[in-house]
Amino acid sequence: MSEIAVRRLIEMFDAISSDIGAERDRLSELDGAIGDADHGITMAIGFSAVTSELARTDASSAELSSVMTAAASAFLNAVGASTGPLYATAFRRAAQALEGCDALDLGTCALLVQSIASGIRERGKGQRGDKTMLDVWLPAADAAAQAIAAGKPADAFWADVTAAAQNGANATRSMVATKGRAARLGERSLGHMDPGAASAVLIIGAMARTLR
Amino acid sequence: MQRFINNPDEVVEDTVKGFVKAHADIVRLGENPRVIVAKNAPVAGKVGVVTGGGSGHEPAFIGYTGRNMLDAVAVGELFSSPTAKSFHDAMREANGGEGVVCLYGNYAGDNMNVKMAVKLAAKEGIEIATVVANDDVCSAPPEEREKRRGVAGEIFMWKIGGAKAAAGAPLEEVRATAQKAIDNCRSIGVGLGPCTLPAVGHPNFRIEPGTMEVGIGHHGEPGLRVEALKTADEVAKDMCKIVLDDHGLPDGTEVAVLVSGLGATPLNELYILNDTIEREIRARGLKIYRTYVGNYFTSLEMVGATLTVMALDDELKALLDVEVRCTAVF
Repeated sequence: MSEIAVRRLIEMFDAISSDIGAERDRLSELDGAIGDADHGITMAIGFSAVTSELARTDASSAELSSVMTAAASAFLNAVGASTGPLYATAFRRAAQALEGCDALDLGTCALLVQSIASGIRERGKGQRGDKTMLDVWLPAADAAAQAIAAGKPADAFWADVTAAAQNGANATRSMVATKGRAARLGERSLGHMDPGAASAVLIIGAMARTLR
Repeated sequence: MQRFINNPDEVVEDTVKGFVKAHADIVRLGENPRVIVAKNAPVAGKVGVVTGGGSGHEPAFIGYTGRNMLDAVAVGELFSSPTAKSFHDAMREANGGEGVVCLYGNYAGDNMNVKMAVKLAAKEGIEIATVVANDDVCSAPPEEREKRRGVAGEIFMWKIGGAKAAAGAPLEEVRATAQKAIDNCRSIGVGLGPCTLPAVGHPNFRIEPGTMEVGIGHHGEPGLRVEALKTADEVAKDMCKIVLDDHGLPDGTEVAVLVSGLGATPLNELYILNDTIEREIRARGLKIYRTYVGNYFTSLEMVGATLTVMALDDELKALLDVEVRCTAVF
């Protein structure tokens, strides 16, 4: 049971890495409008380091939790910037949350989304409305919790989570940045989608595709 | 884009390799290839002094590695904070048993990576103190000084912190003195032309011909205002006014002045600016103890210049006078 789940989790990271890689230039363009244009490059480096690390994982002896821990270290050691610590903390929190879980049922998927969101919030000390990746992760986590509470099936669960993520990213266009390098732009950041929010949508999209 | 690069994604690796080959008498590559270490580090019984930051600002940060200055420097991607691991490895390389002070600039990424590195070092029993530079006047109003970015004033912070550590001061004193140095610094940048990350291939901000960005940041962060390009004399007066109004120094204060190019401005233009800067500072009743003009802290091929003014007391003057052996002439 656990081995199949571990393989799916590794596939999830492969899918994230390939989606981020394909959208690398668009993410950098978004970042160029309000930051320093390196977000696509940084994220691509990070997830490619994660997939190389996970390629060495023996799925028969690994656990979901240890996969997330390995992903956290690989990401942290490969990526500086703000995204390194943010996603590394997110994956560490996910590793703690998934301790003892051996199946990727919907409850575990919800836990995964929620723990990533709370890890990012804890490290970045941000909140909704700051025009960051949290404007995607926090609504996605809420949507996951609500879908579980409503007893929705997998398709509806992921449809809700991805819709909340996309809406959150779209909403960043009408926000003024208060965190990170974009904060120095003040009102000039209006009208631009936050690049960290855009990459978060890609990550959640890849999660939905592989974990559904 | 006409640049001397190989693979745009390997610009930092190639830079570091060439740097270490050129300066093997002063620095060595750390065990982590994203850490540059002073050849004499770690010095047993001395507080280690480290920094780190994104690449593309050469000679900062790596060029200030050396005796009596920085013991180790963490190297990030272009314009991007080093990893927590690189900061941590720099701390380890600098550790001579008396603790390590990490003197870095106020950017979201650096703050988070340093914080994680401090935790990792603490687990190994290395005591770390930190000072965050926030000398860039235009990046936030005076009442929110803690939000300001660190720019060329960081060089003074390294020089003072490095000299204090070299004199055998304990960790807390080194930290407090480096803090005093950066508290005494105010900086401003003026941009005339943008810069391009090689992996991106085009500038990520524009400065229209005939205009300048007053208060621009070290990565092209927008400044106070965009206005028509003026004569060097008028630009230098504006720079002095912004820096010195914010500083509010009493008459007779001695200062150190640092005029740095941002990468693509010829040295002669920096001297033209300094001619007026010197006059303006004296006209304010301040005394110039020492002036530095050159490419000390750049932003790839950005056209523009920065001015940093550090107020001095006897201690800071003495520490500023300590000779250093690093690749950036200082």
